[in-house]
Amino acid sequence: MTELDAGLVGEQIAESGQISEPDGAREIGRARRRKEDRRLLTGHTRWTDNLQQPGMLHVMFVRSPMAHARITRVDVSAARDLPGVVAAFSGRDFADEQGSLPCAWPVSEDIVIPDHPPMAVSQVRYVGEAVACVIATDRYRAADALEAVEVDYEPLPAVMDMNEALAPDSPKVHEAGNKAFSVTITSGDVEAALRDAPVVIDRTYVQQRLIPSAMEPRAVLASTDGDTFTLWSSTQIPHVLRVMLAVTTGIPEHRLRVIAPDVGGGFGSKLQVTAEEVLCLLLTRRLGVPVKWTESRSEGNLTVHHGRDQIQHLTLAAEADGRIRGLRVRLLADMGAYLMLVTPGIPMLGASMFNGIYKMDAYEFGCTGVFTTKMPTDAYRGAGRPEATFAIERIMDELAAELKMDPVEVRRRNWIGHEEFPYTTVSGLTYDSGNYEAATDRALALFGYDKLRAEQADRRDRRDPVQLGIGVSTYTEMCGLAPSRMLGMANYGAGGWEHGSVRMLPTGKVEVITGTSPHGQGHVTAWSQIVADSLGVPFDDVTVLHGDTAIAHKGMDTYGSRSLVIGGVAVLQACEKVKAKARKLAAHLLECSPDDLEFDGGAFTVRGTGSAKTIQELAFAAFTAHDLPEGVEARLDSDATFDPDNYSFPHGTHLCAVEVDTETGQARIRSYVAVDDVGRVVNPLIVRGQVHGGIAQGIAQALFEEAVYDADGNLLTTTMADYLLPSAADLPDFTTDRTETPSTGNPLGVKGVGEAGTIASTPAVVNAVVDALRPYGIDDIRMPCTPERIWRALEGARS
Amino acid sequence: MIPAPFDYVRPGSVEEACQALAADEDAKVLAGGQSLLPLLRLRLAYPSTLVDIGRLPELSGVHDRDDHVYIGAMTTHDDVLRSPVIHGACPLVALAAATVADPAVRHRGTFGGSLAHGDPAGDLPAVVLALDAVLVARSARGEREIPAAEFFADYLETALEPDEILAGVRIPKLGPGWGYHYEKFHRTAQAWAVVGVAAAVKRSDGGIEEARIGLTNMGATPVRARAAEAALRGAEAGDRVRAACEEAAADTSPPADLHAQPDYRRHLARVLTHRAVRTAAGWG
Ligand SMILES: Cc1cc2nc3c(=O)[nH]c(=O)nc-3n(C[C@H](O)[C@H](O)[C@H](O)COP(=O)(O)OP(=O)(O)OC[C@H]3O[C@@H](n4cnc5c(N)ncnc54)[C@H](O)[C@@H]3O)c2cc1C
Repeated sequence: MTELDAGLVGEQIAESGQISEPDGAREIGRARRRKEDRRLLTGHTRWTDNLQQPGMLHVMFVRSPMAHARITRVDVSAARDLPGVVAAFSGRDFADEQGSLPCAWPVSEDIVIPDHPPMAVSQVRYVGEAVACVIATDRYRAADALEAVEVDYEPLPAVMDMNEALAPDSPKVHEAGNKAFSVTITSGDVEAALRDAPVVIDRTYVQQRLIPSAMEPRAVLASTDGDTFTLWSSTQIPHVLRVMLAVTTGIPEHRLRVIAPDVGGGFGSKLQVTAEEVLCLLLTRRLGVPVKWTESRSEGNLTVHHGRDQIQHLTLAAEADGRIRGLRVRLLADMGAYLMLVTPGIPMLGASMFNGIYKMDAYEFGCTGVFTTKMPTDAYRGAGRPEATFAIERIMDELAAELKMDPVEVRRRNWIGHEEFPYTTVSGLTYDSGNYEAATDRALALFGYDKLRAEQADRRDRRDPVQLGIGVSTYTEMCGLAPSRMLGMANYGAGGWEHGSVRMLPTGKVEVITGTSPHGQGHVTAWSQIVADSLGVPFDDVTVLHGDTAIAHKGMDTYGSRSLVIGGVAVLQACEKVKAKARKLAAHLLECSPDDLEFDGGAFTVRGTGSAKTIQELAFAAFTAHDLPEGVEARLDSDATFDPDNYSFPHGTHLCAVEVDTETGQARIRSYVAVDDVGRVVNPLIVRGQVHGGIAQGIAQALFEEAVYDADGNLLTTTMADYLLPSAADLPDFTTDRTETPSTGNPLGVKGVGEAGTIASTPAVVNAVVDALRPYGIDDIRMPCTPERIWRALEGARS
Repeated sequence: MIPAPFDYVRPGSVEEACQALAADEDAKVLAGGQSLLPLLRLRLAYPSTLVDIGRLPELSGVHDRDDHVYIGAMTTHDDVLRSPVIHGACPLVALAAATVADPAVRHRGTFGGSLAHGDPAGDLPAVVLALDAVLVARSARGEREIPAAEFFADYLETALEPDEILAGVRIPKLGPGWGYHYEKFHRTAQAWAVVGVAAAVKRSDGGIEEARIGLTNMGATPVRARAAEAALRGAEAGDRVRAACEEAAADTSPPADLHAQPDYRRHLARVLTHRAVRTAAGWG
């Protein structure tokens, strides 16, 4: 079935009443095409690298070719003498002013946060770390000058393996040792649950290291007029960045403006305070001219923060009928060489999610963060939750196999029933709403589960060289980061509120300012739909401004599937405040009591009469201010800051059928069904796009992507010929559908959708691959499930 | 892309191009740039001069000649795979060209560039080797012919002298009774071959009269699977063909890289040769 067919199926569901479809007049729920796209697709864009400033210079960085070494000498004089080169500096030249790159999430008492100079001064700890920079009149001259910088290194041993790094005799990445932190969380008695359990499943899974690959590489431009500073950056977090840069560089916050112009994707990789951002600011301060840096793709592979990289050890105890007694999780999480903005927090975002959608009485989570001589890890789409979901969904299949039970059935016996919400899980989170039964039933029907199982049995009987595997993933995730109170409890360095403001312009148009910072998500469109419904104005009459701290003066930016759930709600609440003001003004002008007015279709009407004032008329009246009531100011605008009480918990069921060619080892996805429940949907087209991209990215982890370092710490996957990103040609048609269980945590009833697809799909695919191979006695394939790995597993099983 | 500095010339004739190459031993020919520019970008090559042969019409085009097809070196992959002459007389070339990268690369990359680059992972070297093609080189010193079997010298090295331009390739017409297939195994649709097998098979009396098999990425150069070719002679469909294809990896020394270790490549060569031969023979 094609995607389009599935869309029609969705509409059929709407008739049966499960999904709320918009009535003709409503914008929320409409598959509006994105307002952003005409401009983006026709190239009328402002990427940071396109921006020019008078007198602008170009900076490039000399990067360490060594994973671990002492720097004994840096000589930039030859580079400085080359034509077109204006300046060249080593880390030592900035040692006194560059400070340390911030880590805002000290997750434990025992955490070690090592000094992290933006440019290394005396020691390097990963290949790609900046050691010097050259500034030239164009990028070509800068690139030539890089080769003239001389750096002497005294090699130190690379530390590549987490288990070895924790051994007492391991070489140290930092003075204090290789352990960054350790955390344990317990709930109930796991020892007791394991003791005499009829079934105990013990497994170790490896989350390989991934390299986020946003379409737009990172770029930074900094300038100053001697008094104030402006930084343009391809960032997800202009607001957080401004605060952090002010603290790091000492430039007073009120004299620093940060702008995220058009930003071409991030997936968490641009949720960072980077060395290059700090250094561009310092360079423009020192040189007095604008400087720009744009990374190459290979430079990006080396130095954009990486994702995942965990070793997960799980022990699951269950009854003979499949009901789970308890779960123990022991994680090693590779921090890389330093702790960046939220590095240690990433595994902690999964800490309460390994129990997934299942009921159990005992849970224990332990995590050790480990330093190695690799690029630091940090947020990557899903951040901690894909890792947790993968582990629980994989081990649920192992439980099913052990009990010779259908993997869907084993899940049914354990999941939270729809009548049990709100439900407080063993790890202490309260899931607000959900209906796992409905999503799963729908997915099974769309997938043709029974028919595929029959085909699988047939192929097994025939010993067909092409075996069929079926994988399921019934996921939930915790997103919409987040309640400030809960972030505080987790010792996170900031809040999780969001800000929105709405102003009616004199001509009745609406200008919205949001603190979220879209970089491909379509906030301009979705926020317009929310405003159009709330104020009763046409969709086209709304504009949305964002991504500039001088315009959007308050914000917490975009990550963790938070923007709609928090920022969209803030905009809605600002609209409600605008309406309250407008009501007073309308009552005054119509000479009635505010209570006599009803608001509909963008106008206040005196109940039972024809007299009315449209919101546009009221906007003009507020502008002229000729006749305002007592206590009403001459403006029809308002602000709101929303901070929810809880996270949001989207969920769904993904099913994947994989064909494994047992002769070559190649696994090919034959069909993929995703039924997601992301609460109420503002724009189904955008939701579908997020789900599609998310699934693609999760499949990529399952089958294709892996950052590979050699034993000396050299990254081998520095180009796209080696770091394999799948394209549309490598992916099947996705059949997507939805069920709709509104969130009870916000007035829109929405849940996050930005990460759901990525979180759900990886285990669905790997479960399918393993399912195909189970008759051979194979119960795991390490990700990515490459043809060679599958072939070796089969060879091992055959001999 | 920021390469190291170089000079650039765009000659108006093949003679001028030859002179430019003769004048500077560190000069390099620039054809479609699809292999050369990545090397320049990574600063793995530092040519002093690029001699752009992109505007020499006499170097491109497909010509139907009596006993062979002549493919000009500058013919793009896309033109190759759309050529009716090639489809008629030597379809294996088109089958392989269709698997090269993606449409963007196929519109710029050239047939001759793929051969002159000497990359054993390229799809076309194994094809010209299997078809016993003859490569025609030009230089200020004149013209010479190089049989495909002598052309590929080592990894990224060919029999071309630094002052020589590959002008074109003669692909012999094999005549009736032959079937063809190119079996490429790769990780993503746009990726290079982990292993590729180019097979030309002549059938008679239900069996195989002759088979010619070229292997992609099974050594420092493309190689012929001679042992399998010999074992296939006279084989009928079924177990004997399978057994013959087990010889496909004999005498190969495939590389180890991120995508495969040598033993896995050898295994793939056997499996893929069997598939390629069966398909070429019409038993697929
Ligand atoms: C993303 C990507 C994916 C690719 N995937 C594949 C693939 O799957 N399979 C595949 O086979 N190829 C692949 N290629 C390479 C592609 O086929 C190139 O077209 C080919 O390798 C080189 O041809 P070119 O015309 O671009 O040569 P150039 O890059 O211009 O030149 C390559 C080398 O050959 C020399 N040279 C070129 N023409 C001549 C000539 N006429 N005489 C003398 N010397 C010459 C040059 O000096 C240079 O050293 C890929 C390329 C890219 C960029």
